[in-house]
Amino acid sequence: MVMRTKIALLSAAAAGLVMSGYAFALPEGVDTVQVTATAKDHPLGELYSGWHFRTPETQALQQDDFENPGFLWVEQGAELWETVDGSEQKSCASCHEDAADSMATTGAQMPKWNEALGKPVNLEQQINMCRSERMGAKPWKWESSELLSMTSFVRNQSRGTPVEVQIDGPMTPWFEKGKDLYNTRVGQLDLACVNCHQNYYGQSIRADRLSQGQSNGFPTYRLKWQKIGSLHRRFKGCMDQVRAEPYKVGSDEFLALELYVNWRGQGLPVEAPAVRQ
Amino acid sequence: MGHKLAAGFCLAISLGAVTAAANAATIEPQDVVIREAEVESSLTGSPGDPAAGSKWFKSRKLGNCLACHGNRDQIGEPFHGDIGPPLDGVADRYSEGELRAILVNAKSVFGPDTIMPGFYRVFDGQRVRKEFQGKPVLTATQVEDVIAYLKTLKEE
Repeated sequence: MVMRTKIALLSAAAAGLVMSGYAFALPEGVDTVQVTATAKDHPLGELYSGWHFRTPETQALQQDDFENPGFLWVEQGAELWETVDGSEQKSCASCHEDAADSMATTGAQMPKWNEALGKPVNLEQQINMCRSERMGAKPWKWESSELLSMTSFVRNQSRGTPVEVQIDGPMTPWFEKGKDLYNTRVGQLDLACVNCHQNYYGQSIRADRLSQGQSNGFPTYRLKWQKIGSLHRRFKGCMDQVRAEPYKVGSDEFLALELYVNWRGQGLPVEAPAVRQ
Repeated sequence: MGHKLAAGFCLAISLGAVTAAANAATIEPQDVVIREAEVESSLTGSPGDPAAGSKWFKSRKLGNCLACHGNRDQIGEPFHGDIGPPLDGVADRYSEGELRAILVNAKSVFGPDTIMPGFYRVFDGQRVRKEFQGKPVLTATQVEDVIAYLKTLKEE
């Protein structure tokens, strides 16, 4: 079910593809800007990508792959994909071959349950597990240029694929933990994610227009950062702003929150690398 | 070096003592009594300064009321937020005691789900960042300054 908005300037479906403001084709029935929540207990009716809330200039910057600064990281990731590293003398491509095929949906489905670890892993963690376990290479540091590049490249292979994370079975306690964190007030300003991103999206705090806090655009190039950054870095920024002690990037808390936030955007197509304010 | 440090420390203690003496009448955040959505008397025992309150109202580091509330009186300032209601004429809608209760702890007036932070509260736990632990967003003096300023916002 696709809804149209005035802002989005979307044209009608043509030749089996939904044409949107984007330069790339989306699967039929998937709109980049807005989808109707599918889960019956979803707290929001309509889901909007963060793209919807940005200025026309910022939106345009994301839409053009040549202008979108996030593609510097995607391109570096493409090179790293083919680069042999570690004691096993392997690259990502040695096992996964063409990322366009092997990673076409991966980026839309993380975090995923890992039976051996007995916990979910997100994309950053999966990449580093491949490095240490399959390649015999050193894991990359969180927020390093290499890890940002690889996550950007892999997520970009799933661009246009609707977000779909598993929340049943062993994922349920993590989902509940994430939901709990989302609704828990923290910091001197005594605010929870829900207070701003569910109850006041579309309205402004000073010059900043609040979004629904959707995660489908990450890793995201932020004009404020002048570089691309992970979802966990963004979580940290929000906690700093409400004057709370942030959890660590890669922590179980942020992993649970990532799962829950991804679920809140279930059905929105992956946009990585998005451009935001 | 050691002497300097020690001297600095003593100075800090004596300054602290002087400040405490001057603010003897100040009500601490945990001691404020909110009765029927009102805090009757000044937190400092004296009225605030509306000119200073106007500053805290727009300061991004302090009250930052403008982040969420529009205010025609500060039309020269860019980017008024629209999360809360505009505060034009707010003095006609609320008594001084009500304004004080809202500023101290908005939840005591608007209910537990309000987005508006309490500006004169301290929290135990809830991951308050180190530099803000045990401190309210505004001092008692600053709260009174903002109230004095809000009292000037009347409908013409």
